[in-house]
Amino acid sequence: MSLLAATDLHGGYEGADILKGASLRMEGGEIVVIVGPNGAGKSTLMKAIFGLLRIRQGQILYKGEDITHAKPEQMVRRGVAYVPQERNVFPSLTVQENLEMGAFLLDEDLRPRLEMVYALFPKLRDRHRQPAGLMSGGERQMVAMGRALMMEPQLLMLDEPTAGLSPRLIDDTFDRIQEIQALGIGVLMVEQNAKQALSIAHRGYVLATGANRYEDTGPNLLANREVAELFLGG
Amino acid sequence: MELLVDLLQLSIYGIVLGSILTLGAIGVSMIFGILRFAHFAHGDLMTVGAYVGFSFLALTGLPVWWALPAGMVGAAATALLVDRIVYQRIRRTQPVILLISSFGMALILRSVVQLIWGPQVYSYSSDIQRPWRIGDITIIPNHVWILLAAVLIVAALHLFLTRTRMGKAMRAMSDNMDLALVTGIPAERVIMLTWLLGGALAAGAGVLLGMDSRLTPTMGWNILLPVFAAAILGGIGRPYGAIAGGMIIGLAMEISTLFIEPSYKPAVAFVIMVAVLIVRPQGIFKGTL
Ligand SMILES: Nc1ncnc2c1ncn2[C@@H]1O[C@H](COP(=O)(O)OP(=O)(O)O)[C@@H](O)[C@H]1O
Ligand SMILES: [Mg+2]
Repeated sequence: MSLLAATDLHGGYEGADILKGASLRMEGGEIVVIVGPNGAGKSTLMKAIFGLLRIRQGQILYKGEDITHAKPEQMVRRGVAYVPQERNVFPSLTVQENLEMGAFLLDEDLRPRLEMVYALFPKLRDRHRQPAGLMSGGERQMVAMGRALMMEPQLLMLDEPTAGLSPRLIDDTFDRIQEIQALGIGVLMVEQNAKQALSIAHRGYVLATGANRYEDTGPNLLANREVAELFLGG
Repeated sequence: MELLVDLLQLSIYGIVLGSILTLGAIGVSMIFGILRFAHFAHGDLMTVGAYVGFSFLALTGLPVWWALPAGMVGAAATALLVDRIVYQRIRRTQPVILLISSFGMALILRSVVQLIWGPQVYSYSSDIQRPWRIGDITIIPNHVWILLAAVLIVAALHLFLTRTRMGKAMRAMSDNMDLALVTGIPAERVIMLTWLLGGALAAGAGVLLGMDSRLTPTMGWNILLPVFAAAILGGIGRPYGAIAGGMIIGLAMEISTLFIEPSYKPAVAFVIMVAVLIVRPQGIFKGTL
């Protein structure tokens, strides 16, 4: 059974549909990457899966269960965590408070979970009392990912985790994502640094105008001449 | 020399007024931070708290300071009730509709107070307090207790906001509503708690104001403008800014009486508020306005 299977999704914000038949499937523990031009509806697809939009048509299954109309809180409880593209930390809360909010729904000692996140992002341990709003873009992205990992999800959804980062930090982030995957967590991410992202992906989707254009394994998409010309900048 | 003494004396009054304004402004700021509207009924919530405290004393015969917890419970319950009956139903409409509804709610609360307690003036205690003299400065014992009570209430709030799960969730929601939703923070519970706390703080301001002077049905409404000035000056949506805002407005209002008629005190708050809105609308602490 697939971890996540979205079929023929239609929906969007008020007004016309943005998604026009997008589909997506991923197995547990995989890295799956969504690429595509600006405005293709990649972020919209992520929001739709996480229950932030009304889906007019189509179906989403998570571990075989219908979650098409589930709310974000239910998604979190089921083991799905989502990091939005922008504004993804609580700026006036400290790093540690941000992480604690990630596990708000749990009534237990959070220290083991904090340890897990600090082991993955040692920098956050050093800065745990600093307000997240005062940190650099790269550090904020770590806080955002750490916050999402606090529920120990089985599916982590990342919307452009490397946007605006320096090349060194981008490499760093992809390394972290592979470490997260090695923990057995499935990672579904939208990426602009398409080549690099596809090179670590098990599967990739090229989304254009709200629908699937190509889908294949990461290496196959990278090798696909058409995809390379149209979407990966030659 | 005489001027210095006057200045010191007025500063003491200013700090007392400032601590009362602070309690009101923190509530206004918190409510704005989480619900995104200016709560105009906040002054009358103070009045409700003050009167509930008064009746509690009249019924139980307990010492004066029991008015504080009793009023806080009363106003917190009132605030929650008003939210459940009125604001909650229109929360998804535009903020301006909420703002105007809260204006209507202000009138309703004031009328209810008049209906229950009548238009006459009450006092918590008829004892005349003998002021303490330090050199040329006089200190009214009640002023010390008012300041102390305000400090304790703010300290308790600070501990709540920084040490408890719900307190942190309140700050998180005020910071970033969308992310709070995505994180699984239960918005409705946080909103209810915001009303409870906002109401309790308003009652704190109302009771302390009543101890400083007397209880009238318009006491809260009359102080609403300086309370808003304090919240805006501190950066609306920033409860900690409201402390600084409250103190500055309180001091400015009292010290202004050195130069102008005391009846213009609210005008001083108004002028500061307008100036802040023109020069630095986000306030001292970068609020969300
Ligand atoms: N909150 C919103 N309300 C209305 N339309 C939106 C909103 N967010 C995005 N859109 C529109 O949806 C389309 C897809 O946007 P998005 O999913 O963010 O694209 P991508 O992430 O692929 O760059 C765009 O045309 C955008 O203008
Ligand atoms: Mg996007």
